[in-house]
Amino acid sequence: MADDTPHTQQAVDEPSQEGGDAPAQPAFDLEVEQSHKWYRRPDVLVPVTLVVLGLSLLAIVPAPSGRFSSQFSPGREVSFGWDYFFHLLPQMLRGLYTTARATVLGFLIAATLGMVMAMLRRSQNRVVSLPTAFLIEFIRSTPILVQMFFAQVLVRSVDWLSLNPIVILFLVLGIHYATYASEAYRAGINSVPKGQWEAAVALNLDPVTKWTRIIIPQAIPNVLPTLGNYLVAAFKDAPIGDAVLSTAGVLFFANTIRAEDFRPVEPYLLIGVGFLLVSLPAAWLVRRLEAHIAYERG
Amino acid sequence: MRTNVAEPDRNDVSDKGAASVRFRAVDKAFGALTVLEDLHLDVEPGERVVVIGPSGSGKTTILRVTMTLEHIDAGTIQIGGEQLYHEPTSAGTLKPASEKHIRKVRSNIGMVFQHFNLFPHMSAIENVMLAPIKVHGVSRDEAQHNGMELLAKVGLAEHANHTPGQLSGGQKQRVAIARALATSPSVMLFDEVTSALDPELVGDVLNVLRDIAEEGRTTMMLVTHEMGFAREIADRVLMFDKGRVVESGPPSQVLDNPQQERTRSFLGAVAEH
Repeated sequence: MADDTPHTQQAVDEPSQEGGDAPAQPAFDLEVEQSHKWYRRPDVLVPVTLVVLGLSLLAIVPAPSGRFSSQFSPGREVSFGWDYFFHLLPQMLRGLYTTARATVLGFLIAATLGMVMAMLRRSQNRVVSLPTAFLIEFIRSTPILVQMFFAQVLVRSVDWLSLNPIVILFLVLGIHYATYASEAYRAGINSVPKGQWEAAVALNLDPVTKWTRIIIPQAIPNVLPTLGNYLVAAFKDAPIGDAVLSTAGVLFFANTIRAEDFRPVEPYLLIGVGFLLVSLPAAWLVRRLEAHIAYERG
Repeated sequence: MRTNVAEPDRNDVSDKGAASVRFRAVDKAFGALTVLEDLHLDVEPGERVVVIGPSGSGKTTILRVTMTLEHIDAGTIQIGGEQLYHEPTSAGTLKPASEKHIRKVRSNIGMVFQHFNLFPHMSAIENVMLAPIKVHGVSRDEAQHNGMELLAKVGLAEHANHTPGQLSGGQKQRVAIARALATSPSVMLFDEVTSALDPELVGDVLNVLRDIAEEGRTTMMLVTHEMGFAREIADRVLMFDKGRVVESGPPSQVLDNPQQERTRSFLGAVAEH
């Protein structure tokens, strides 16, 4: 671990008197070696066992009774027409634009708030770092769908708080992905070699210079591919806002069309195409970026 | 985490001279492993001290605690007469130093590492200019002028705009030396600076060290396995083993006519390579 801020540690030990004390005997005896087999290490064994147990429970315990029902009777004819498909295209693009905009705004929040969270979590002060760590883990381990409902209820129940649904959407996206981004930043910061931190101490650099000129410039390239993947993931999560908050995004468009024209196939297929059109090039760009960074590393 | 104050050693009251580096009763352990034990050491201004000893003997730790890369467990270290890890209180006792105090005293020290630790995203000249501009408030023009002079001194003026990735190991190490010299520290620490280099590149780096030594302004503490170079450059050689100084004296004594069995066996083992 790169330890940046020197904290003075002194012991009250009296300097031992010359030549009087017992010889420094056990100085070089190392502790008994731990087992190095990975499957014996408790930090691997415990979570793996828990996961296996949990999965077995799922497999063994039968599902609770009950049925999902649909008003569509089986065998009902499904129509599809290309004319109608292309007729819907401009509306779909409008919805897609709204979804993409909420994603980008949310991701701007995620990228900056994530850095703040990463720094707070690194803080030497436990009063700061522990709650931050808890918050990050809490948000990361709850579904964004539930968070979206929670945000909606929260905004409705607080009188002085009135937010446009689209604002709620990108705030939730931003906070949710900020926790992921903060972990990515943390990994990126930890990947900066120890020697770089030591050189910063040896040159007596102040904290601001150390972070802005040495650490962050070297951490960011490592983080960019991960951030790119999160951007694509956030984009795919954004339609949840249409379902929960009724934002006028791409899913809202399809739901509206279905309700008005009773033709569900074309609009939902169009959404799929729309996401492919954005996600595939984005994934390709992220891969290019990764390859480029690997090349720079040489 | 222990944050208590070391009581100043009563024996040190007379030690108010201006030794460049002064260790008093310094202890340092990593867990159960003691690496420095009750270490007392005085390095005079301009003196060149070479520390030798087997790996794991704690010799590198002497440099690392002087640079505050590791913190000492007990005792005191003074740099140019000023406490490094402590600040005097109004009552005349010592308290643990603030970050500000450490930074002030630390500005007198420079260090060169075994693995260079150059900033890979900056060119050679940017590496050299960074600390003067950011820490010492030197103007950009002046820093560049001084930086180019330093790079010329280490024979790398024509590589000023190359990044570390474009330089050989020996060139990187000479840039690292120029970078450390850029803030004109009164004490320079060299931690096995030739150990990571190909043999044919060692000579250039040693030449730069000779130049610094000849100028005689800088106190130098070197950890090295180059015994020939140690003999040539050192005013004093410290043989270090198991956290203690086994033998200390001019190279003619410690290297050529060692009094201690431990020194003899170490030098014998080194000579076999």
